[in-house]
This record gives sequence, C-alpha cells and structure tokens, in this order.
Amino acid sequence: MNEPRTPERKRVNRRDVLKLGVAAGAVTALIAGRPLLAGTAHDQPAASAPMRHGDENGHGDFSGTVGDVDLAQFDPTQFLTHFDWGQETNGEDGLSVRAWEITALEKEIEIAPGVFFPAWTYNGQVPGPTLRCREGDWLRIHFTNTSTHPHTIHFHGFHPPAMDGIEPLIGPGESFTYEFKARPFGVHPYHCHVMSLKKHIHKGLYGTLIIDPPQGRAPAREMVMVMNAFDTTFDNENEVYAVNTVAFHYMKHPIQVKVGELIRIYLTNMTEFDLVNSFHLHAGMFHLYRTGTSLDHYELTDTVTMGQGERAVLEFTLDEPGKYMFHAHQSEFAELGWTGFLEASA
Amino acid sequence: MFVEKEVQGASSRLPAWLTGLIPLLAIGLLVLLFGVVNPLALFQNNLPPIESLAIDRVRVVEGGFEVAVLNSGPNPVRIAQVMVDDAYWQYSSEPAGELPRFGRATLRIPYPWIYSEPHRILIVTQSGLTFEAEAPVATLTPRPGAREFAGYGLLGLYVGVIPVTLGLLWYPTMKRMGRKWLGFILALTVGLLVFLLVDTFLEVLEVGAELPGVFQGVPLALFAALLTWLAITALSAVQERRHAALGGTRARGVFLATLIALSIGLHNFGEGLAVGAAFALGEAALGSFLVIGFILHNITEGIGIAAPLVPGRKGEGEPAQAGPSFWTFAGLALIAGFPAVLGTWVGGFAFSPLLGTLFLGIGLGAIWQVIVEVTRLLQRYAERESAPLVSWVNLAGFLVGLAVMYFTAFFVKF
Repeated sequence: MNEPRTPERKRVNRRDVLKLGVAAGAVTALIAGRPLLAGTAHDQPAASAPMRHGDENGHGDFSGTVGDVDLAQFDPTQFLTHFDWGQETNGEDGLSVRAWEITALEKEIEIAPGVFFPAWTYNGQVPGPTLRCREGDWLRIHFTNTSTHPHTIHFHGFHPPAMDGIEPLIGPGESFTYEFKARPFGVHPYHCHVMSLKKHIHKGLYGTLIIDPPQGRAPAREMVMVMNAFDTTFDNENEVYAVNTVAFHYMKHPIQVKVGELIRIYLTNMTEFDLVNSFHLHAGMFHLYRTGTSLDHYELTDTVTMGQGERAVLEFTLDEPGKYMFHAHQSEFAELGWTGFLEASA
Repeated sequence: MFVEKEVQGASSRLPAWLTGLIPLLAIGLLVLLFGVVNPLALFQNNLPPIESLAIDRVRVVEGGFEVAVLNSGPNPVRIAQVMVDDAYWQYSSEPAGELPRFGRATLRIPYPWIYSEPHRILIVTQSGLTFEAEAPVATLTPRPGAREFAGYGLLGLYVGVIPVTLGLLWYPTMKRMGRKWLGFILALTVGLLVFLLVDTFLEVLEVGAELPGVFQGVPLALFAALLTWLAITALSAVQERRHAALGGTRARGVFLATLIALSIGLHNFGEGLAVGAAFALGEAALGSFLVIGFILHNITEGIGIAAPLVPGRKGEGEPAQAGPSFWTFAGLALIAGFPAVLGTWVGGFAFSPLLGTLFLGIGLGAIWQVIVEVTRLLQRYAERESAPLVSWVNLAGFLVGLAVMYFTAFFVKF
C-alpha cells in the first residue's frame, strides 16, 4: 500500500524546443505577415469570462465537489451535536462514574462524494465518538481491538502513566480498560498512539474528550468540530480536508442556528502531514478559550491557528440572519474541502 | 514410448479440425473455471482495485478545460472528483459513470484559467487515486478551422518542404563537383542519416514511454521499425532485379533518392508532430529563430536526397544522361517535406501518442534501411574507384554530415 499511487503521466512536451520564451508573434509575422495563428496565442482574454464556479448544480457556492456522500453511513450534521455522556453510575463524593465501550475496527468511509478511504476507526466512525463528562468524574473506557493491527487510546490530560495509552499495545482481539479521573476541564483530543503514529492517526483513530467545569458552562448551542484531512494516495500529502471528515459537508448542508443565541464550538486539530490548520469565521468574531481550561477568554478574534493536537473552545453569537462562512484560512485547505456555512435565522 | 504411441493412435482417429479445437475448448473451460470458482480468491484480501487512467488530451476552451481520459488499466474506473490547482472543482463527465477497460470519457471543467499560466488538473477516482493532467501554458487550444489549417500548414512547409527544396538546389553544384566528390557526398548523406536514426530512436523512447503501459509503446515502435525495414528490403530487391534487367543506373538512383526522401519524410512527420503538438499545448512560443533553425537543420536532408542522383560515371558507353526532370525533384521535395505539414496538422488538432509512436517507429526502420542502401551504393562506388569504403575522404564526409546535423540542431533543441 505504500508504493506511490500517483502514476506519473507526463504530457506531450517532447522536444524541449518549446520552452523557448520568444514571443509567439514572431512566427505569425513570418507567416505571410498575417496573424494566422493569432487566435491560438495572443489577444487572449485575460481569463475566460462566461464561467461561474459551481453553476453546474446551480448553487453558485464554493463547494467544489460534485454530488453528496451517503449520509446514511455517516452524517457530519448529526455528529456535530452528538455528545456521548457514557453509561453513568453514581460514584463517591456525588461524582459520577462514566463507562464507554470503544472498539477499533477497519472500515471504508466516504470522505468526499464518491471518494472512499480505507479508514481505521473508533466505533466505525471518523472522528471517533465525542466523549463528554464533568471534571472529577471517574472515566472507564473499555477498549476492544477487532482490527488487524495493534492500537491504543491515548488521552490528553492528567492521568497515571499506566493509563496513558502507550503501553500495553492492544493487539487484534485483545481489550483493555482505561480508567482515570477526568481533569482538567477543557477540550482534549484522544487518539491511537502506536507506531507509526502518522499512519495510525491519519487513518482515522482520533476523537474528542470534553470535560466540563464542575459548575458547568453557560447554556449554548454546542458543537464539536475536528479539523481533519485524508491522504488518499498515501504519499504523505492530504487530498481531502474537512471538519468532521466530509469535504464541504457544511457547505452543502449549512449548520442551522438562531440569531443571538450563544454558539460554542469545541474545536480540535487532528490534521496530519500539514504543520498547522486554522478556523476562520466570516462576518463575526469569537471569544477564544485556548484548550478550554480557563473560563477567562484569551482574546476576541476571527481566526485561530493550531498545530497538531491543539484545541480550543470558541464562543460567539451571530447578530444578523444569513449565511456565515467558516473555513481554514489556509486557502488550499479551504478549497480542498475545509469550508462550511453557519446559517442564522431569526 | 508405449504411452506416446497410444495417444497418437487415439488422436489420429479424430479429424484435424476437431483436434485443433481441443486446446481452444480447454482454454474456454479454464476461463469458465476462473470465472465461476475464482481459484485466485486466495490472493485477493480485499485489495483495492488497481485503477489506471491515461490522459489523452487536455483542451483549453473558452471558460474551462476539456480533458479526454482513457481507462488503460485492467479494472473499471469510477471518477469521483476533479481538482484544479489543488482545489476541488465542479465538472461533468461525458459519458458519466463507470469507465470500463479501454473506456473513454471527456471531462468538462468550468474554470477561470489564466492566460499563459500553467494549470494542473488532478482526477480523483473512487479509491482516492489521483491522475494528473496538465495545461502547461494555458492558451485556447486551436480548433480546426480554415485559418488554423492554413497556419499550421505553413508552419509545416517551413519545417519540411522549404528546407528540403533548398537542399535539393545544390544538385547542380554536386553534379559539377563530379565523381571525385561523390564518395564524400554519399558519406555525408550516411552521416546525416545516422544522426536522424539516433534522433528518431531517442524520440521513440520518449514518446513511447508516454503511452499507457497497456499499449507497450516502445516495443510497438520497434516492431513497426522492423517491419518497415523488412518491407523496404523486399521492395529494394524487386527494384534491383528490375533495374538489372533494364540496365539503368539512373532509375536506380531515382529509386534510392525516393527511398531516402520517404524515410526523411517519416522523420519530418515526427518533427511536424512535435511542433504542432507544442503549438497546440501553448508551449511553443515558437519564434522565427526556431523556424529558421529548422530550415538550416533540414537543408542537409535535401543534399542527402540529391546525392544518389549524381551520376557516378560518365561515358561508359552509355549516352550522356539527361539529369532527372524538374518534376522528379518536385516529387522528392514533396515526399520528404510534406509529411511535416501533415505532422503539424495531426500534432495541432488531434495528437495521439499512439499514432506518433507508430509513425516514429516506421521512420526508424526506413532510415535504417536507407543507411544500408546508401552505404551499399558508396561501397559499389569505392570498388569501382578501387578505394576502401572507409577512406579518409569518406570518413571526412561522414563526419561533416554528423557535425552539420549536430550543430544545426542547436537551433531547435533547448
């Protein structure tokens, strides 16, 4: 699987003759002084006016992909607001014990319409389930590996080294229970930590753990976004970028919100191969809480740039009805799938 | 021994057509077996299909690109998305859906391309494989119209017909220089042909390698060369016998000149293809400098064609021969030069690497055989003059032929 999957198809520029930078006009002049070849070269329009991007299916937006994925398999709109609080039982000091079943399994997922990726997943989805708890809760994550490679779950945050998800490796058919107290409050990624890391992470073994402060946060419309990308040709460069896996999903299906309501985004960067990724909000600004570990905001901004594994809580309201774009401010990522809309209505 | 006899006995009772059919039936059964039972399932551990797309042609059109693709792999290919310059872009496919083996489709991609800048198109298949197409210098791809035909035709005339004609104009001089220099001139012809042989061979390797693997470009060209060589050899043998019967040396000279013209024509066809394709791709900011370069480079070809027409011996009892007619020269110039015009047309409007490879292969075989023929003529001449084939004069001629081609190529290769 590691051989280059992009066969070189060099085009016809045989006879390097042609790299010659002499004006094409010269030949035209030679040919009977009449601009016979003019149409092929000069007096060219600077670009080609009559085309509008996206007019093929009429929505004139920036969604570059054609068609839509099978949402019955994985719907990023549902993933966005789905928080898994686990199996809750009462523990000591009025705190809860929360238990989850997480299974590593191999699955082919659709990351852009018609483009399939042989993913490694937690519970059959990429990103893995968003785990939610309160600071101080006792977390019990029962992990089973049904795939063909050893995997682990490595959580960010405080916990004993034995629960760090580096050792032991959980081989195919084996299972392990990670147990620790949830702290500190904030938003933390979790991911597989088996060598080779790049491979195990970018194949899809990551997700978000949200630990609420003991007193909770202000009521808000909450959503989780994992910035991720996929290297479909396995050459250590990504072909598809997104939040929550599917390129341009929130472009084709804008996120519905209300004017004036508090919006809170738990944002994580799990992009492999590229050093940074970013989130940029149009027509508005957000309060940034880096790592979500403080209740005092870090700044008011419209762009946050993150390295791999960095995360933040974003809080804002949208004041007017309409479509608010958000995307990576790395234009390349934006045009390769990482662009979406929030649609505010009164 | 005994068993063999038994088998022979059994099979000899069957009619020949039936025994001939048995292996075919067996093959049919085997195919059926593979289709139904799939004994190789053992090796297929959910491997992704190996997809292979060949880019036939990228046309830059008003408001976008048209990319013609060919499925050159063993498996069907489903095109999922298209990227232009690292951005997903809308596109439509004609026909839509899965491409079967050897299936072709045209992708229409609306895109605000920028004049004279390179654009890179990536075609993403179902399994996430990407295949690259390129518009190296975006400029409208010419559509075949009267104006374009005339323009490309003129370009071909400049590259082919005109230089060959200019070279042929040296015939009277060569004739006057007489037989003392004939060896030199023939050796020069061999030199220039050897240059063309190497040049054509290298182009075969280059163009052949661009073909999708399934077409086996380089072997295809080499087989074409082999067949051409054999065909010309057979043709020469027939001509030889006829000329021997008629006793004419002039006719033999014209025949050889025609062969040389033909093989040079095939080479010029390849040259025309390159120039035409380059223009169409917008890569050729082809200046007058380059056109003049081609004229200089190809003039030598005219000398080579005229060489066997120079009478070898005078007054050997034969009546003084009239030189070849004007029409002979015109015909030779056309045979050698006009293919360049065809080449620029084909290269400009419908370049196909497959045809290009095939023609270059034919040219290769023809040039090889012409080298053999001219060398034979040179040898005959040397024998009559009781001089060695590789005399200092001949060697000098050969060297001059190579050197002229090599140095004038400086004008057309970069």
